[in-house]
Amino acid sequence: MAQQTSETFEQNARQALTDTQLRGALRNLADTFGDRRRLALKTVDNWEALRERGRAIKAETLAHLDKYLESFANNAESAGAKLHWARDAAEARAIVIGLLREKNAQLVVKSKSMTTEELHLNEALETVGFFPVETDLGEWIIQLAHETPSHIVVPAIHKSKKQIAQLFSAKLGIAPTDDVDVLTGTARSVLRERFAGADVGISGVNFGVAETGTILILENEGNVRLTTSLPRTHIAIMGIEKVIPRLVDLDVFLKLLPRSGTGQQLTAYQSLITGTKRSMDDEGPEELHVVILDNGRSRMLSHPVTRQSLACIRCGACLNACPVYQQIGGHAYGSVYPGPIGAIITPQLNGIEKARQLPFASSLCGACREVCPVKIDIPELLLHLRAEIKEGTASGTAGEHGPVKRKLIERLAFRLYAFAWSSQWRYELGMKLARVAQRALSHQGRIGKMGRLLSVLAPPLAAWTDWRDAPTVANRSFRDEWRQHLSIRK
Amino acid sequence: MRVSLFITCLVDQMWPSIGTSAVEVLRRAGCEVIFDERQTCCGQPAFNSGYRSDARRLAKRFIEIFEDGKVDAIVSPSGSCTAMVHHFQELFANDEEWRQRAVRIAERTHEFASFLVNVIGVEDVGAQFKGRVTWHDACHGLRDLHIREEPRRLIQGTRGVEFVELENADACCGFGGTFAVKFPEISVAILDSKIAAIEKANVRAVVSGDASCLMQIGGRLTRNGSSVRVLHLAELLTAQE
Repeated sequence: MAQQTSETFEQNARQALTDTQLRGALRNLADTFGDRRRLALKTVDNWEALRERGRAIKAETLAHLDKYLESFANNAESAGAKLHWARDAAEARAIVIGLLREKNAQLVVKSKSMTTEELHLNEALETVGFFPVETDLGEWIIQLAHETPSHIVVPAIHKSKKQIAQLFSAKLGIAPTDDVDVLTGTARSVLRERFAGADVGISGVNFGVAETGTILILENEGNVRLTTSLPRTHIAIMGIEKVIPRLVDLDVFLKLLPRSGTGQQLTAYQSLITGTKRSMDDEGPEELHVVILDNGRSRMLSHPVTRQSLACIRCGACLNACPVYQQIGGHAYGSVYPGPIGAIITPQLNGIEKARQLPFASSLCGACREVCPVKIDIPELLLHLRAEIKEGTASGTAGEHGPVKRKLIERLAFRLYAFAWSSQWRYELGMKLARVAQRALSHQGRIGKMGRLLSVLAPPLAAWTDWRDAPTVANRSFRDEWRQHLSIRK
Repeated sequence: MRVSLFITCLVDQMWPSIGTSAVEVLRRAGCEVIFDERQTCCGQPAFNSGYRSDARRLAKRFIEIFEDGKVDAIVSPSGSCTAMVHHFQELFANDEEWRQRAVRIAERTHEFASFLVNVIGVEDVGAQFKGRVTWHDACHGLRDLHIREEPRRLIQGTRGVEFVELENADACCGFGGTFAVKFPEISVAILDSKIAAIEKANVRAVVSGDASCLMQIGGRLTRNGSSVRVLHLAELLTAQE
């Protein structure tokens, strides 16, 4: 598949809609994860109160992020970790490459981490001769297929069992089979060898606890535990927003995240890592390096609306609930982070110009806000970014810029609408003209599919009528009825 | 109870029967209804498209028109446009005077079904409609205004109605304002899940609280040659069939 970017979102989406296998997989995802999540919510007494606590903790942390980050760094260092600060993706990649060179790493294993996807870390490591092996099953499948994740929690959700069987057969030389046990067994035996030989393990971080310097990583396959304990060196990459104040706060987030993400009451493994091993008898790596990444995040802090973006705990619930994601999947977004959360953070991370279609790729239905475990008002953020794109006024995101890519006709259309509809007589005159104009189009009180010429003259109307009949402006408006019949009655 | 009708431009010009029905229902429920003919549009198309200065202009005009009416409530047959009025304050984050005026207007502005059930406590307006009907939750009514049970109770209060719940009643129909024409293929793909559920429900009519959703759903139903009708709740509540 050709590399899709956010700039070609419209075409990507159109292509995705023709992919029947993908759409089947997406229906399955929405149904299964939606149902599992709903059931899992019933296992806590007061889900809404829990969400509110999650939101409040994140808001408090983000309001004093400098303080909590400093405290995290100090406590992690006291426990034996080495801290590295990366302003952007390039700095983070350089830090990791420097560490791998210093360790003379021969074999690097990796656990699933969206932050490393954001850094395009694997690509960068491969260009300098390191070939990290993904050890999460889904991520490994994606790596074998030379693809990118299409979901932030279930990265290979776009692939069918049959496609995976073919992939394993082609890449690993096993006999083609759709027996899931054989497929996972193959993965396990191949990956076990890699773990045994690895000298460096790279992971992400779900939460960094300020008061103890502990990092927490959640997973279901045991590969994170192996990645972070078998190799002598562990490199953990963590966005600045991952810090939480206290260990007890995990009580809230460990209830929120697995239920929202996979509909589990708890993931199979929770690895809490505080520094390095203290004595020769301890298990765990001799060196722990924590790379703390900004990469555009501190910019989001500067405005109360965009700041919410940093509360995200990457559960993926908004993807599963989104009617747009459910139809087109993750690759169409052309960004590392897809779906509703991707549509708000991609323009802020990568620059608003290149991702300018994404905030508009939403019906603003609010399903994302409803499922978000930390109550991020994603529709509010989408609207904020739309204003920023069109007017350059809703300050606080991707740095200094004016309105992005002016669409002059659209700009004029809205200006004209606001002008005309600011007066009763202009509004009524405009609608009278519309009644005359539509005579050429309407048939039996509606407008059906239009011919080519008319489509060129009125593209938005054609975009509607290509698929749906349009109603016509009524011969007698409500206000006509009111004046003639309704106003005199009591 | 004296109420001012916020008709919405879409109902005024495209679907006046919703407006005349709403007036009839409100009068039957004992309200005195007034209609200020100066009103045009709340500005939502501009707000949702990122043109906040244009939206602000229309929002200010709306506030000026509706705040001087000596009425107890402002009622609108649209969850989406009512929600927009509740969003006005976001347009005036840097203008405290206007922000407060926006907040005061929002407090008095109610969606039609919510007004009937929650404000004046009316659930039976003497309507009759024979046959199976279902309900589509319009997103802004459901998720911005938290209106869920009110329309269902009003439908079930209609004589002759057999109400069936749609399997994806709370899923978006794919309209989304300019989204429907900016990304028509995605919009219609979302819509077709809704249409499939409606056809499966085997109903005579699908009822909703927003003309915009009804335009989207109805436009696809007639294009497909379906016999299922779309009705606004106000229209159902004045039916005698």
